[in-house]
Amino acid sequence: MAMTAPEIETFIKDALPDAVIEIKDLAGDGNHYSATVASSSFKGKSRVQQHQMVYAALKGNMGGVLHALALTTTVLEN
Amino acid sequence: MTDIHNQIDTTVKNNDVVLFMKGNTDMPQCGFSGRSVQILQHLGVPFKDVNVLANDEIRQGIKDYTNWPTVPQLYVKGEFVGGADIMMEMYQSGELKQLMEEKGVVAA
Repeated sequence: MAMTAPEIETFIKDALPDAVIEIKDLAGDGNHYSATVASSSFKGKSRVQQHQMVYAALKGNMGGVLHALALTTTVLEN
Repeated sequence: MTDIHNQIDTTVKNNDVVLFMKGNTDMPQCGFSGRSVQILQHLGVPFKDVNVLANDEIRQGIKDYTNWPTVPQLYVKGEFVGGADIMMEMYQSGELKQLMEEKGVVAA
C-alpha cells in the first residue's frame, strides 16, 4: 500500500485549510516523502505539537501506510 | 496504565537520554534511526538505545506513550524531544547541543 502526494495534501488541507504545502517524493515508492507545511494554526505551538497536528491530519496513515514523511513545519503569518 | 506504558515510563525516567529506534547503536536498521544515532554520537551524548523491533509491544506502546506515530523517538530527562526530523533540524540549528548542555547530559 502507498499514498500519493495529492492524497497527503488533501488530508492535510482538510485539517489545516490555510496550509501551504510542498511535497517531494523521496523514493518513488509512495512511501517516502518530505513535506513542508506552513499554517497559521501552528502559531504558538512547539515543533512537536505542530508535527503532531500534521500526523493527526493524516488519520493514522502515518507510520503505517506512509512509512516516512520528513516533515518541516513553519508558522504562516497572515 | 498498561504494563508496557509503565515499562516505557520507567525506562524514560531512569535514563538521562533514551533513543527508541529500529535496530541498535551498532546496527541501526533504518536510515532515520541510523542518522539519529550519528547525531547523538557527534554531540558526544551517552544514551540508552531501545530496539523497538525486538519487542512489538514496545514498538506500538512507544507510539501511544507520546502520541507520535513513528520511530526513532528521542527522550532527554524524561521529556520527548522529537523524531528524526526534529532532531536533525535542532542539530543543524545548534538547539540540540544547547538542550543537551542545559540538561547537563553532555559537557559544554
